[in-house]
Amino acid sequence: MSYFGDIYRGIKTLLTGMSVTGKYFLHSRKGAITQQYPDNRDTLKMFDRFRGEVVMPHNENNEHRCTGCQKCELACPNGSIEIIWDRQIDPESGKKKKMIDQHIYHLGMCTMCGLCIEACPTDAILWAQNFENSVYNRAYLTKVLNKPGSKLMPGVEE
Amino acid sequence: MDTTTIKSNFKSEEYFINMGPQHPATHGVLRLLLTIDGEIIKKVEPDLGYIHRSIEKMCERDSYQQIVHLTDRMDYLSSHINNEAVCLTVENALQLEIPERVKVIRTILGELTRLASHQLWWGVMGMDVGALTTYFYGFRDRELINDIFEETCGARLTMNYNIPGGLMFDIHPNFVQRTKDFITHFKTKLPEYDRLLTGNVIFQKRMKGVGILSKEDAISFGASGPVGRGSGYSCDVRKHHPYSAYNQVTFNEVLKTEGDSLARYQVRIEEMWESMAIIEQLIDNIPEGEYKVATNAVIKLPKGEFYQKVETARGELGVYINSTGTKNPYRLKFRSPGFSNLSLLNHIAVGGKIGDLVASMATLDLVIPDIDR
Amino acid sequence: MNISLSITKNIHNWLFSIMPEGVASITEMVLIAVVYLAIFAVAGLYLVLLERRVAAWFQLRIGPNRVGYQGLLQTMADALKLVSKELTGTIKADKFLYNLAPYFVIVTSLMALALFPFTQEFQAFDINIGIFFLIAISSIGVIGILLGGWASNNKFAMIGAMRSGVQTISYELSVGLSLITMVLISGSLQLSEIVEVQKNGWLIVQGHVPAVIAFMIYMIAGTAETNRAPFDLVEAESELGAGFHTEYSGMKFAYFFLAEFINMFIIAAIATTIFFGGWLSPFGITESIPILGLFWFLGKTLVLIFLMMWFRWTFPRLRVDQLLTLEWKYLLPLNLLNIVLMALIVWLNLTIQF
Repeated sequence: MSYFGDIYRGIKTLLTGMSVTGKYFLHSRKGAITQQYPDNRDTLKMFDRFRGEVVMPHNENNEHRCTGCQKCELACPNGSIEIIWDRQIDPESGKKKKMIDQHIYHLGMCTMCGLCIEACPTDAILWAQNFENSVYNRAYLTKVLNKPGSKLMPGVEE
Repeated sequence: MDTTTIKSNFKSEEYFINMGPQHPATHGVLRLLLTIDGEIIKKVEPDLGYIHRSIEKMCERDSYQQIVHLTDRMDYLSSHINNEAVCLTVENALQLEIPERVKVIRTILGELTRLASHQLWWGVMGMDVGALTTYFYGFRDRELINDIFEETCGARLTMNYNIPGGLMFDIHPNFVQRTKDFITHFKTKLPEYDRLLTGNVIFQKRMKGVGILSKEDAISFGASGPVGRGSGYSCDVRKHHPYSAYNQVTFNEVLKTEGDSLARYQVRIEEMWESMAIIEQLIDNIPEGEYKVATNAVIKLPKGEFYQKVETARGELGVYINSTGTKNPYRLKFRSPGFSNLSLLNHIAVGGKIGDLVASMATLDLVIPDIDR
Repeated sequence: MNISLSITKNIHNWLFSIMPEGVASITEMVLIAVVYLAIFAVAGLYLVLLERRVAAWFQLRIGPNRVGYQGLLQTMADALKLVSKELTGTIKADKFLYNLAPYFVIVTSLMALALFPFTQEFQAFDINIGIFFLIAISSIGVIGILLGGWASNNKFAMIGAMRSGVQTISYELSVGLSLITMVLISGSLQLSEIVEVQKNGWLIVQGHVPAVIAFMIYMIAGTAETNRAPFDLVEAESELGAGFHTEYSGMKFAYFFLAEFINMFIIAAIATTIFFGGWLSPFGITESIPILGLFWFLGKTLVLIFLMMWFRWTFPRLRVDQLLTLEWKYLLPLNLLNIVLMALIVWLNLTIQF
């Protein structure tokens, strides 16, 4: 009689499986895990540590914290960061000093490993939680992080 | 693959199909050259290299901190464990004393990675044998783990949270609570996996006695992880060569002796229970302390050869570093579990049907970037 | 004419009053064919939408909900897209057979639709060998699949087509035998007659145990007939990519796709007519309003279609040899036993009648 026993047990396992999916079918209204992405933009908040892109925060006087030490450039495995710097005369102290001209960040080459931010001794660069990074032209992915005319925040170098 | 050898070995009743590089069941760009007689498989020849990125060569160019993030891109489903492997090798070479807190956090995250990987595997396993709904149930639960990772590490897949000497930053304050919530949630969902798929008579028929791998063959092919343990080969690195905090926890090494696809399947399902047990033992007693020890900004390994193996979700990952004392490794070799596990595909698939090949390939749990590196 | 075309008496009489008899008959047939074609092309599209929504609900998703209210126009948009797409093909394909195959599949599935008594008056073709005709027609469809798979000059497609041939030939038998079991009790092959018989209780109640067994066998074999999961070996996407329609694109692919859903409707409609009393309402509660028969018929059919969708989104796929084992070692012997059992029950008058 194992022939009929097999049939009985087989059908029982099939019904067990159907009960699992059936339960979810009945609870489908509140159980749906779909995120309707462009619609939920307002409520969609990424976690604080989410690695979206590298940014350089500026304060209200258009000052940043980057001294141009190039540690981030060295730490980056992909060469996503390029710092163009120059020695200029500091108007306050009158000495010659290393100052950044442009802090260039290639978002297209970045693998979001976070080593540059760990390496930065002055916390000049941070992660932004922005994840909508698509653009129509690859050239737009190359960003200059320091704003035009910005300068070093006083007191960072001490 | 030399085409002339195919022609000369070709019998008139056999034919030849090309499964992949774009095929739904190969989960990536694996290409299988199948020689088939009707539906019966006569020969399977994997053709690799479609996603080769020369990671090992890139490692020779990079500093030791930079190597870690490349391993994310190998076996992307157990990226945390890959990172850990490189970090452990470097730490052993430098003879660094790693804080207990780091060890425990690494172990918890490693087990969470293993759970996430097995959940995804379960989903696609069901999909490969034709039950499409499992995919979504697997991903639903994996999403919670990904949230834990995203909150603490900042990324869902390529975490790069380990650095030589510890962790990049401390765990998030919500980490413990979220992990506990996940464990309670998943304890109710894992029996559902069994009811939906494992017990199903069609699934049992598809898996039982299919793709049999004996213990001797498992050892000689270098199988590791759930593939080896499904054949009764006790090869759990966590048990035999404990690293991080695995010597502080009690867990069973899941062993099955049947060696068929069902055994490999069950090993992974039971491993999920074990992983949850490990996390439960550790999550309440994460020791206080530093989350990293200071290393030099430029790490220089002493001259010599260093090897460390860890248990990823797929098996044994070995990292071999040959250092000449500079800031880059002279040679770095990864012993990836997927490559050895793929090598036995021909052995277990010959004589079966096309459907059997797909099912046994799914139980090998291949991740193609891990094979090609 | 012994073929009774009884959809609307008025149009019938009007046509015959203004035309000679032969021309009027042909005009009437063409009209009805066009009406059926239009209705079921749209119905097929909505079945696709239903399948997608049901699948989504099983899988904790929402499903298509953007095009039109709650996604009601989604499949219309898909069909429009498919019409506008390029028809590709392989260079070495047998062009004639390759192009012929989709029409074979879609035409046979549409032909079977003519037989169903949707309600008392709403039946296009009340032939006295109804069930026989249905079985015969539904087995022609496999020729289209075989042709498509063979003529595409693609090995994956050919394996799919061969599997389809094996599968359909085997499961034809179970479909036929389980229907014959029910014919024993109804005593007629004519579908309208079978529905009449069920005024004393649906056949699944009248025939109790063997009828339930026959229904289960019929549903399993019917699912296999339509090449749907767990019997979707023909297009097993994890094994063969897309199976027999790998090389088809655009509207030709859409024909295969639509035919699958119309076939599903046919299988469910046969089950409704034979087992669940067709357009009859339960306990005759709406007997006074004949048009509600349509509601009951479609309602029962949709419940059975839902059952087939439930199968599809729960079970893994069988292997090709297990498929044949199931048919020849389980379904066929059980079916034969069941026929004997049913014959005994009919002979000893053990049927339940109200």
